[in-house]
Amino acid sequence: MLERGNRTFHRKKITVVFFLCTAILFILFLRLVYLMIAKADYYGGKAVELHERERSIKAARGRIIDCNGQVIADNKTVCTISVIHSQIEDPELVIEVLCRELSLSEEYVRKRVEKYSSIERIRSNVDKEVGDRIREYDLAGVKVDEDYKRYYPYGSLASKVLGFTGSDNQGIIGLEVIYEEYLEGKPGTILTVTDAQGIEVEAAGESRIEPVSGGDLHISMDMNIQSYATQLAYQAMETKEAQSVSIIVMNPQNGELLAMVNVPEFDLNNPYELPEAVSVSANGEELTAEEKQNLLNAMWRNGCINDTYEPGSTFKIITAAAGLESGVVTPASTFSCPGFIVVEDRKIRCHKVGGHGAEDFVLATMNSCNPVFITVGLRMGPEIFYRYFEQFGLLKRTGVDLPGEAGTIMHSLENIGDVELATISFGQSFQITPIQLLTTAASIVNGGKRVTPHFGVKITDTEGNLIETLEYPVEEGIVSEETSATMREILEKVVSEGGGKNAYIEGVRIGGKTATSQTLPRGSGQYIASFIGFAPADDPQVIAIAIINRPQGTYYGGQIAAPIVRQLFENILPYLGIMDYNGDVIEEE
Amino acid sequence: MANRKKRQGQNEYFFDYSLLFIVLFLLGFGLVMLYSTSSYEAAQKYGSSTYYLMKQLRATILGLAGMMIVANIPYHFWEKFYGFGYLISLVLLALIIPFGYESGGAKRWFRIAGLSIQPSEIAKLCMILFLAVMICKMGKSIRSWKGFAALMLLPMPIVLMVWKITSNLSSAIIILGIAALMVFVASPDYKKFVLLGAAGIAGVALIVFVIVNMANADGLNYRGERVLAWLNPEAYVSDTGYQTLQALYAIGSGGIWGKGLGLSMQKLGFIPEAQNDMIFSIICEELGLFGAVAIMLMFVMLIWRLMVIANNAPDLFGALLVVGVMGHMAIQVILNIAVVTNTIPNTGISLPFISYGGTAVLFQLAEIGLVLNVAKRIQLKEV
Repeated sequence: MLERGNRTFHRKKITVVFFLCTAILFILFLRLVYLMIAKADYYGGKAVELHERERSIKAARGRIIDCNGQVIADNKTVCTISVIHSQIEDPELVIEVLCRELSLSEEYVRKRVEKYSSIERIRSNVDKEVGDRIREYDLAGVKVDEDYKRYYPYGSLASKVLGFTGSDNQGIIGLEVIYEEYLEGKPGTILTVTDAQGIEVEAAGESRIEPVSGGDLHISMDMNIQSYATQLAYQAMETKEAQSVSIIVMNPQNGELLAMVNVPEFDLNNPYELPEAVSVSANGEELTAEEKQNLLNAMWRNGCINDTYEPGSTFKIITAAAGLESGVVTPASTFSCPGFIVVEDRKIRCHKVGGHGAEDFVLATMNSCNPVFITVGLRMGPEIFYRYFEQFGLLKRTGVDLPGEAGTIMHSLENIGDVELATISFGQSFQITPIQLLTTAASIVNGGKRVTPHFGVKITDTEGNLIETLEYPVEEGIVSEETSATMREILEKVVSEGGGKNAYIEGVRIGGKTATSQTLPRGSGQYIASFIGFAPADDPQVIAIAIINRPQGTYYGGQIAAPIVRQLFENILPYLGIMDYNGDVIEEE
Repeated sequence: MANRKKRQGQNEYFFDYSLLFIVLFLLGFGLVMLYSTSSYEAAQKYGSSTYYLMKQLRATILGLAGMMIVANIPYHFWEKFYGFGYLISLVLLALIIPFGYESGGAKRWFRIAGLSIQPSEIAKLCMILFLAVMICKMGKSIRSWKGFAALMLLPMPIVLMVWKITSNLSSAIIILGIAALMVFVASPDYKKFVLLGAAGIAGVALIVFVIVNMANADGLNYRGERVLAWLNPEAYVSDTGYQTLQALYAIGSGGIWGKGLGLSMQKLGFIPEAQNDMIFSIICEELGLFGAVAIMLMFVMLIWRLMVIANNAPDLFGALLVVGVMGHMAIQVILNIAVVTNTIPNTGISLPFISYGGTAVLFQLAEIGLVLNVAKRIQLKEV
């Protein structure tokens, strides 16, 4: 029955089936061609996206180096210790080792080791040595990642100038912010290939784009001067129970800042730690986050740049220069001080109640005689005085390379009447920053060049090859050379024979001007004592300002601020090669 | 004398070494690809990279032994078992309900002494035998609509059981397809089949159309969703479209020359259980278009050899047996590649001789054994 023949139509149909199948397979072949050639890039690209994990490698941040080559902001290698739950083989051993090496409580480590998560961080910012030790145990599932952390070898020195970096290594305040683009470098990436669970496929290797380290910032700060100035500032702050003391040291010829001190400083390696005295609020309760942030901001504030004050008598340098330049007064001009002067309906008193009597302009400056300077101001009139104010650069910011420079708070020209003009003449009723005052004074005594105060000098790569020399604008002809020379002479006399004699150093020509101003708002009985000094008086190479904020007891600038500058100069002038200290001593003997 | 007789026997009867070679090649190639595809996952899951390979190797050796035995049993011996085979299929499929072993959300297997057996694979072979016998028995009555309908209805209980009990639509379609091909070959006219084919295509198109229009409505079952995922796999990447899209990634990354043997990335867990139905995508990724076409050509050769044997079979029964096997192989290869390349909606169909699956390879080799025996009966002197 089943032996029936295999007929022709059967054969035909079988052949049809075969060709039908072949035809369909051919269509599928065309589909494959489409997928594997036309769509290869699309799907292949998608697949690569799926397989690759990108990990970024931090770039080493550029260092900050002082003028002597001392590194003042560096990078420290620190480690982050984490555990990968799924790879741990011996949890008890892992817990024991991590507890011991990281000095953590067993409970803390156990919780993290036993937590079911892809990766759990145990501790970051671990010293490299500890990290290396942990790595040597070669524990499965324990990961030691190296990372850079900003490290400031000098601790709190120049804290408000240098600034610090945040968790992502980005500058938060100070030079770290201003030079961010040079310092930050370019992060690299590691492209790793992983399987569906995210486990790296070792055989696939990894492609790396190397990070580019940031450039090193070379600054004009001299850590020796900075450190000595800081000592002096702390000394003054403690002995005078002052609220704060600021010192700026600058080269008046080119605006390079050698030191900038604002005590109290803070620890750059722990910038978020408030001093104990303020870490609890008045009623002893914990601080709210906002209160804490406000306190931190106050702690980080650079008073030399960010805060303005009424300069007081140090501003007479500017009034004098304007008066001389405009020709309303000469050094030989004579005045008489009865102890007060009447301007419109106001009687403005001199600090010497009995008056200074007859005096020429030089003597009046030495005496810091208010009526004389008011007279000079009134002789110029508001327009001319205002024009000099502008010409000296007082109305614009100095352009210092630090963030948050405060502008000058000044009357507008139309509001300056005689009373205002009189008060401006001796440094009241307007506010400027210490850096502004110092820069303007420097421009007057250096021959009339308005320099830009700055720290940044050049950027080099890690090997020290120059990348960029930083340049700053200099405005010539602020005052004539003649006026500048006269001012140097007068200010030298202020120190050698006048109110600034506490800044006098035997054998060194020092010029300067003292000031005692009231804190604002007036009437609190608090003062700001300050002194600007420069040396050598005939060819200024260094200029410094010392400002003592709210000293207790004696508060006269000539008595408490001038000695700071003297001590500073005594130490740094020989160091800077401006004064042959030993030679002078020998001569005296 | 005896020697000459033997030589005469060898000359007179035919052994299809080409078919044997093609099958052995596919098996060997399949094992290499299976190892390449499964070793990573096997090492992760079972701690031994050869876990799947060894299981498949065991089934393959067993299958080859089975093939050689079947190849030496005259195929008419199986004739009398056609009813028994049909019954066995029904019983085994029914037994899945109480005794089935569930894996991956579907109840398709029996576990006997550590071996898992998939009754739907047995059913395929039994169906080929059953229909070959039935068609021969019906003789010319197959030409009537009634005979045709009877032949098409006979496999239905098995088809429905495979579909519903083991929720294995793919195997049901394959069994139905084998039946349709065998009936097509057995009956002389084309009209019925063209009509049937056209009706089938229209029906499928209508279903797809309805599903697409229901896309926004709730209550689509997972097959409906698969159709939508087929049309736009990237929109269903989180669930139904995931496997398809991953397969496309693999195929696309292969390009013309492939990444090289063993260098697939997609097998690293991106395509889950890539050694099963999706192994062809890994072949594409590792060996490129070149390798994929080579494999497709091997399958074309296999079907061609089956065609030659069927055409030269000594009788209709033998021819129909071979046609059944040919249909089985062709349908699985076509559907598998079509699924992997997202030419049709995703449904689980393995690639013969290459995909991982013990029962499948065992029964596929038994089918080849059957074909080899049919081939042996071809009398060369007549040709």
